[in-house]
Amino acid sequence: MSMIDDLIEPLEEDTIRGSLDHCIKCTICETYCPFANATPLFPGPKYVGPQAERFRDGGDHSPDMSLDYCSGCGICTQVCPQGVKIAEINSKARAKLWDERGIPLRNKILARPTLGGRLATPFAGPVNWALGNRLVRGLIERVAGVHRKAPLPRFAGRTFQSWARHHPSPLTDKTVVYFHGCSTNYFEPRLGEMAVAVLEHNGFRVIVPRQDCCGLPLQSNGSFDAARKYVRRLAGALAPYARRGHPIVATSTSCSLMLKREAREILDVTDPEVEEVGRQTYDICEFLLDLHDRGELEVDFDPLPMAVPYHAPCQQRGHGMGKPALDLFGLIPELRIEEIDVDCCGIAGTYGLKKEKYDISMSVGDRLFKTIEKLEPEVAACDSETCRWQITHGSGVVSVHPIELLYRSYGL
Amino acid sequence: MTAAGPGRVYDALVVGVGTAGLVTALRLAKQGADVLVTAKGVGATHLTSGTVDVLGYTPERVVNPAAALPDFVRDHPEHPYARAGLQAVGDALDWIKLQLPDGALVGSLEANFLLPTAVGVPKPSALAPETMAPGDLRNGGRFTIVGLAGLKDFYPAYLADNLSRARLGQEDNGRVEARAVTISPPTGGVADVTPMGWARRFEDTEFRKTVIAELEPSLDGGAVGFPAVLGLDSARTVWQELNDALGVPVFEIPTLPPSVPGNRMARALRAALTRAGGRVVMGGRVIGVRGAGERLEEVVVDAAARPKTYRARDYVLATGGFASRGLEMDSYGMVREAAFDLPVTGMPPNAEARWADEYLAAHPAARVGIGVDDELRPLDSGHGVVYENVRVAGAALAGAEPWREKSGEGISLATGLRAAELILERRGG
Repeated sequence: MSMIDDLIEPLEEDTIRGSLDHCIKCTICETYCPFANATPLFPGPKYVGPQAERFRDGGDHSPDMSLDYCSGCGICTQVCPQGVKIAEINSKARAKLWDERGIPLRNKILARPTLGGRLATPFAGPVNWALGNRLVRGLIERVAGVHRKAPLPRFAGRTFQSWARHHPSPLTDKTVVYFHGCSTNYFEPRLGEMAVAVLEHNGFRVIVPRQDCCGLPLQSNGSFDAARKYVRRLAGALAPYARRGHPIVATSTSCSLMLKREAREILDVTDPEVEEVGRQTYDICEFLLDLHDRGELEVDFDPLPMAVPYHAPCQQRGHGMGKPALDLFGLIPELRIEEIDVDCCGIAGTYGLKKEKYDISMSVGDRLFKTIEKLEPEVAACDSETCRWQITHGSGVVSVHPIELLYRSYGL
Repeated sequence: MTAAGPGRVYDALVVGVGTAGLVTALRLAKQGADVLVTAKGVGATHLTSGTVDVLGYTPERVVNPAAALPDFVRDHPEHPYARAGLQAVGDALDWIKLQLPDGALVGSLEANFLLPTAVGVPKPSALAPETMAPGDLRNGGRFTIVGLAGLKDFYPAYLADNLSRARLGQEDNGRVEARAVTISPPTGGVADVTPMGWARRFEDTEFRKTVIAELEPSLDGGAVGFPAVLGLDSARTVWQELNDALGVPVFEIPTLPPSVPGNRMARALRAALTRAGGRVVMGGRVIGVRGAGERLEEVVVDAAARPKTYRARDYVLATGGFASRGLEMDSYGMVREAAFDLPVTGMPPNAEARWADEYLAAHPAARVGIGVDDELRPLDSGHGVVYENVRVAGAALAGAEPWREKSGEGISLATGLRAAELILERRGG
């Protein structure tokens, strides 16, 4: 490489921020933004994104807090025909906004699920009771700003890690690494067990390394420095396996997206370790469908005679992999899937938990809840944990990860 | 037991999820084909006025598109209509009406409506939503144009004044008399409500009552034209209720984007595709293709962490023109097709004039796009077929000037449906 090449900086238009020059003001992002359509407090992705960004150059302050009403769902970036990285621009600007104004204690707590998980797991009984108590929740709302009705998960009282440590995975010639994420560890260890069983049924040895949060909740709450620390630590734990060529399979679509894309595009983390891990990371449905496309998936599925509504979460669509769960469901005899044509459930991670955003979040999800309710299903299916909790909260219908249906149909 | 398979091969891969892509995919999926749509961005259907314009000017105003089309394609042998064949135009109009909810499109290829635009210019359209049809100006009449305080880029006085001065043709009867009324229904303190915001408000019965109450005293028996914001998911109900309550014909006039009728169309097509079992993968650009001889073998699409490779027997490129970035032009006037890197035709050489001085004039470079044969397969500069299993549909095609001809939706529908039919014919479907 010549010295000239070394001196040339990347073209401005190739960077996230530079993409704003491609905005032709067509308003398609505003049309699709679930949150601008639900609240006048958010003037829309185009307005706070490519337009306002021009005024945020050179250390200028954001003129108001409207940017904080962006949920970070990423739909704007997906629908933009011109390739403007609207959601990414907004995430970065939001972090800067909170940097200037100071991150509220509430956001710091919500953004650290592992902290809560470690503290609460030994006392799950009383903690769950307290979080289900109206008086306590009222108090939490007043003191900490978490809405009294917001769908908080219940602590399982045990961790998936402790199960995995005592679970001998059969030694085979095919190995995968399971990235379970915080919610499986502290709230839904059963999902992790089912994922392991499904992978093992397909002939894999499943390794479950010790792992911590990916940093996504910190990122969406504006703590970029802390988020970088977390994602680097996680990548450090997973990198040795990635280097050996083992696929890293995840049940949380938002956390796996952090490894695949967001650490680099939003947090600007360019460490080779994070890159290596990202390249080897698969959403579990993506992974299983790839197996099927190669003719390597076990298809000894028993009939599941039931009708199940399916919602693909926003973060899942950020993978750019379509909706692999739908194709997997298609392999299960007698299972009737109703794909719900609604873009967002409204929760967006921790967004809908917040006192000032709960009503907006419920209004975004309203059409989804009503559609699911009307079908009166036994369960609904959705890939992301916070979306599942929101769907159950809004529709009263228990919602499960797609893996649970595969697990049932395999008869495991 | 495992399923055997050397990697999935779709029956068809459609690139682009605008009108042309959706129509192609919907037709194929309804015939039971295994079809995948991949797209970066949702296409320009949302920006359209919700009408189906087939042929409005040649450059004289077209009264009967069915009668005008044969001469038109004879004079424009490179036009997408000439490539797809006139049969395809009529078939596409009949077909699309059946795919959409009742009343979503009315009219025929035999007569253009003459419908007001947001600036009060009469525009010829073959099909229109039933909610717009009573705004037809061909027979003149009295019209009251309703403005909503706080709706930007919709000026009822300007619109009404232009309509009153509109020159109708000899075949039209009567005269247009239009006047303006602005109402201020409650917005909940929001200063700047978008068309989508108004549409959601109009879906609320209580809100409609306030609109009716405020409007009633100023009616004079003439038809009432609203900006096209009369509901998103339940436009028919909203429109019918306003008709009944006001006792005069009510119609919608398209706004600037965001276009509510364009959104209704996009949502209806997308929902129909989902019901038919078509799959859509959103998010990634096509970053590479692999061909073997005259066949396209693989399409590589950008995705998180690593690209996805898709294989299909047939491919349809429906990525649109410049507005959807299916075509890209650099500052030297070099035009590139963004997804498959197909040869582009119609750009005058550097030495010749490419642009006219007037913005709305006929620009020599305006018909740039992908040249195709009678089976909509892309051609190179020597008129050889580039890939025999690729069809091109919609605004990426060369030879048209949709904004002057008023032919955009007609081209997307006719070529989209034709591309699907050609694929089905070839596999004996």
